[in-house]
Amino acid sequence: MATLTIRNVRKSYGAVEVLKGVNIAARDGEFVALVGPSGCGKSTLLAMIAGLEKITDGEIWIGDRMVNSVPPKDRDIAMVFQSYALYPTMTVRENITFGMESRRVPKAEQDAAVARVAALLQIEPLLKRKPGQLSGGQRQRVAMGRALVRDPALFLFDEPLSNLDAKLRVEMRTEIKKLHNRVGKSTVYVTHDQVEAMTLASRIAVMYKGELQQFDEPSVIYGKPANLFVAGFMGSPAMNFIAAETVATAEGTAVAFSLGGESATLGLHGESARIAPGRSVIVGIRPEHIFRDSEDLRRAKRGIATLTAPVEVVEPTGSETIAVLKFGEREVTGRFDPDTAPRMGERLVLGIDMAHACLFDPTTERLL
Amino acid sequence: MIDAAYTDDPEARSAARRHIVNRVVIYGVLSLFAVVYLLPLFVVVFNSFRDLPDIAQRGLIAFPRSFSFRAWGEAWSTFCINGTCEGMRRNFFNSLWMTVPATILSTLLGAMNGYVLSKWRFRGSDILFTCMLFGVFMPGQLALMPWAFILGKIGLANSTLGLILVHCVQGIAFTTLFCRNFFVGIPDDLIKAARIDGAGFWRIFFKIVLPLAPPILIVTVIWQFTGIWNEFLYGVVFTSGKAQPITAALLALSANQTSVHNYDVMSAGVLIGALPPLLVYFFGGKYFVRGLTAGAIK
Repeated sequence: MATLTIRNVRKSYGAVEVLKGVNIAARDGEFVALVGPSGCGKSTLLAMIAGLEKITDGEIWIGDRMVNSVPPKDRDIAMVFQSYALYPTMTVRENITFGMESRRVPKAEQDAAVARVAALLQIEPLLKRKPGQLSGGQRQRVAMGRALVRDPALFLFDEPLSNLDAKLRVEMRTEIKKLHNRVGKSTVYVTHDQVEAMTLASRIAVMYKGELQQFDEPSVIYGKPANLFVAGFMGSPAMNFIAAETVATAEGTAVAFSLGGESATLGLHGESARIAPGRSVIVGIRPEHIFRDSEDLRRAKRGIATLTAPVEVVEPTGSETIAVLKFGEREVTGRFDPDTAPRMGERLVLGIDMAHACLFDPTTERLL
Repeated sequence: MIDAAYTDDPEARSAARRHIVNRVVIYGVLSLFAVVYLLPLFVVVFNSFRDLPDIAQRGLIAFPRSFSFRAWGEAWSTFCINGTCEGMRRNFFNSLWMTVPATILSTLLGAMNGYVLSKWRFRGSDILFTCMLFGVFMPGQLALMPWAFILGKIGLANSTLGLILVHCVQGIAFTTLFCRNFFVGIPDDLIKAARIDGAGFWRIFFKIVLPLAPPILIVTVIWQFTGIWNEFLYGVVFTSGKAQPITAALLALSANQTSVHNYDVMSAGVLIGALPPLLVYFFGGKYFVRGLTAGAIK
């Protein structure tokens, strides 16, 4: 059982600083997802936790032990790689036992461990095969088996699902979640897929340009993103951003904006309504908070503001329909129920759920 | 291939004719070149089985009218070279005792160098690799004087052991180049996974890298074996008499002639000297091509 503490960790390659002082404290048994675009430093951070990369500055603690200069094999970790990194010349069984062989675990103990893990991952029929004879999903399972068999204090995953096809990825995602629920070990999971991060993690660390942007529970990351980057990165389709100004109206504070000749005033509701009038803001509205305006909608939700816009593109996905609307020169994306979805060329009256709108400061880009 | 049903079509018929003509020309030219290349081998093989009078009367290039193994036996064990009448047997084994250890040692050293230079890079390792590449392009005769000096100093002049040392060192540049370029293709994640699994430098080398290496090891072994076996300059400069490898002995054999040219014995001697590399190519040639074109396993 172990906590993971990352204290002001920096990493530079020559003059290039790829990590600029990251702080993360993960509780025991927690599933932390490191998420961010390519080159944000998340994989470097993982490699440093694993001990595969040297730390330029700062401290990494696993449990109550500072591991800055502890070699990877002594950190009590196990890692699953994006490429799976199965040893091609060894059978599945030998792949799984390689670590135990290195640590001179007695043969009987090895056999018991292999049996346990193979049963857990349902890979018993594969034990005698070579990695080259396995499908992508099977390799993935073997790679997890190799990590599980160690029974480590900390699991590290480096984009483990990104080489799988879409359907298998969703299946394995569920597997990993089940596995974590059962094993309950602290886990750090690197991904660029925000859906993976949202579905798996107990807390998400969003990284960008070598800096930690936000570290919180998925619902908070999604509902109250700390800044414009987090708001835009998490969620698909992405949040709509509109530059606006707060104004005082008879019903309370509202945001007003005009784009390409069209102007609108949307009344604020909830926490964001406390912001003083007369300051410029960026309004963030998620696509699923945009509806076709109706009496039912107004009865069901409070804080609905309306906006009229023509429909530009309609993209049905089956379960939902994504529509791009044109407000002035600005495109606004909405996510609709297929039954009430807008039609091409329609001029739609939108009901916007302002209780969920996020306001950001245009200069600091932080959530207000 | 051309289907008979289409032969009613004049276009198809002329295409079929062109196809056949093309094949005939291609195979004709290829056969011609093959004969030109193989002719020396035929001549030597024939002459090694002909009687000396047969050769003397009808010239070097002629079909055999006589057949005997006498020349082979003589070349192997009784022919007089440099005043000792023991044939080339001793020189053959000199070459073998020189080539086999030098091949194995230089291949192993090259594999280890390649492993370090590709998977355990350190500050300056790329510069070191570039420097080692000079050895690939450096003409062997440049090293003659330094080697003569060194072999003399350490007391290995005129010995097979000395030649092993020379060929090991001279070969490292090639073996390192081959192995390093092959190992670069082995994914770094494998090494990282093994490090987390608790394997160290040697365990990773022997358990993970070497088992992946046979394609390039075969290339290196064939390259080194034929190169060292056929090498002549060092053999003739650093050894003399009974210590000479077979290539140097072949020179002595042809220089030994007084009035009579023993073309039959010379032919057999040449073939004895050429046989091991020929066999290595014969059995390993396909692996050689396969290994050179193989990437590492993903």
